[in-house]
Amino acid sequence: MSSVEATPAVRKTALNAVHRRMGAKMVDFNGWDMPVEYPSSLGCGIIAEHMAVRTGVGIFDVSHMGDIRLAGPQAPAAVQHISMNDASRLAVGQAQYSALLYPEGTFVDDVIVHRLGQDEYLLVINAGTREKDFSWVRDNTRQFDCAVENLSDDFTQIAIQGPKGVNLLQKLTDADLSAIKFYWVTRGTLCGLKNILMGRTGYTAEDGFEIYIPADERTSARVWNEILAAGKEFGVVPCGLGARNTLRLEGKLPLYGHEISDTINVWEAGLDRFCKMEKPEFIGRAALEKAKAAGIKRILVGLEMTERGIARDGYKVLDEGGREIGYVTSGSPAPFLKKNIALAYVPPEFAAVGTAVKADIRGQGVGAVVVPTPFYKRPKKTA
Amino acid sequence: MAYPTDRKYTKQHEWIQVNGTTGTIGITDYAQQSLGDIVFVELPKVGAELTAGKPFGTVESVKAVSDLFAPASGKVTEVNADLSTSPEKVNKDAHGSWMMKITLKNPSELDKLLFAEDYEKFVAEEAGH
Repeated sequence: MSSVEATPAVRKTALNAVHRRMGAKMVDFNGWDMPVEYPSSLGCGIIAEHMAVRTGVGIFDVSHMGDIRLAGPQAPAAVQHISMNDASRLAVGQAQYSALLYPEGTFVDDVIVHRLGQDEYLLVINAGTREKDFSWVRDNTRQFDCAVENLSDDFTQIAIQGPKGVNLLQKLTDADLSAIKFYWVTRGTLCGLKNILMGRTGYTAEDGFEIYIPADERTSARVWNEILAAGKEFGVVPCGLGARNTLRLEGKLPLYGHEISDTINVWEAGLDRFCKMEKPEFIGRAALEKAKAAGIKRILVGLEMTERGIARDGYKVLDEGGREIGYVTSGSPAPFLKKNIALAYVPPEFAAVGTAVKADIRGQGVGAVVVPTPFYKRPKKTA
Repeated sequence: MAYPTDRKYTKQHEWIQVNGTTGTIGITDYAQQSLGDIVFVELPKVGAELTAGKPFGTVESVKAVSDLFAPASGKVTEVNADLSTSPEKVNKDAHGSWMMKITLKNPSELDKLLFAEDYEKFVAEEAGH
């Protein structure tokens, strides 16, 4: 049996020892040794963690995410060139969901673009595509007067997610979080650390924050533990990648390598509203124009199982006659909705809500129906 | 976790408890712990023939699908229907939540299975890297 230490390819966040001490079940995620869930003795497990985020608050170590900073007089033009959303519409302190595209209109990665200053942007990117993304951004912004820095190893990134997330974090910072709208950022003192970036963002389809603190192990462990202690009154639990996946699936948030990839384009993925064709130029635009004119052959839909069974990632989708028409990109029980749901690519003629299809589950056609997405939408605050 | 000594174990993490020619089958505490929240147990119908070492059903957690392997050959006489509506019972008490009963075809097959003590050592090695 090989030991984890003997495999240098495995990467660890600064909180790795903390997760292990808490008894988390660890898995290899894109080369990272990450917690998938915490033990039931802590009141955890994927379902409990998922429910905590929907009804209270949960925290995630998301330090495996990468960070790229673009700064300089032409940083705005550079970001406009490499991303599909309209970054010029961002005020300083505002963030947006966007994507980096290949010239073919397919995905290098999806990103959150934060405008930190007039001429300063921070792109938060996926763990599995860190190196590829950085090279892509650097190589495609050479013509601009703008410095590109890979800050991926500089931050421990912790996500505090759930309706009580704001109350929890407010106990630890002097920044007025009630003034921060969804997809805006602020800076403030947090757990005694000055000038800490805090964004009202996340990957759970819930309200919440993501904070960026120095990546040294001592500071990371201290802040993690202070958040857990401050969150006791709100029933906070640590959450792993398992709950992160079911939460994002309920909210139909795409996962690279599943709903989006280098062979899937923007229209197929249904991300039209984040792709601003009125921008005169960005990488991938020309191909997307052509693709739109040609019409798409497949589109991402939400499925709900109508018969007993769980359609998992990669399973085939069949028409009612048993003919193969597409495939599942992500599928799982949905802990909050208490249904078995999936996202799948099917031809447009099968995409209408209410269309009956089947999922090929270990050789058996099991009934499913196309449903509206997102499967879950968080309730609007009444206060 | 102390594994009950009134039954035998497979390296695929099933247990079988023998009473005369009847074998009662379930999965171990180690198995439920590795799987996490169990949401689905798919078992054969009464009358199905199992072959030792071959898959006979599946158990699914939120995260994963796992095959179940027959600890011994025989005909299914009873299936625990409770688990189709409350699969989480396996998480709460794996050694108390039997999945099905079979009439053993060849009781000597049990000789190849692990005693509690050996199974405990086996999972300690599997978990302890």
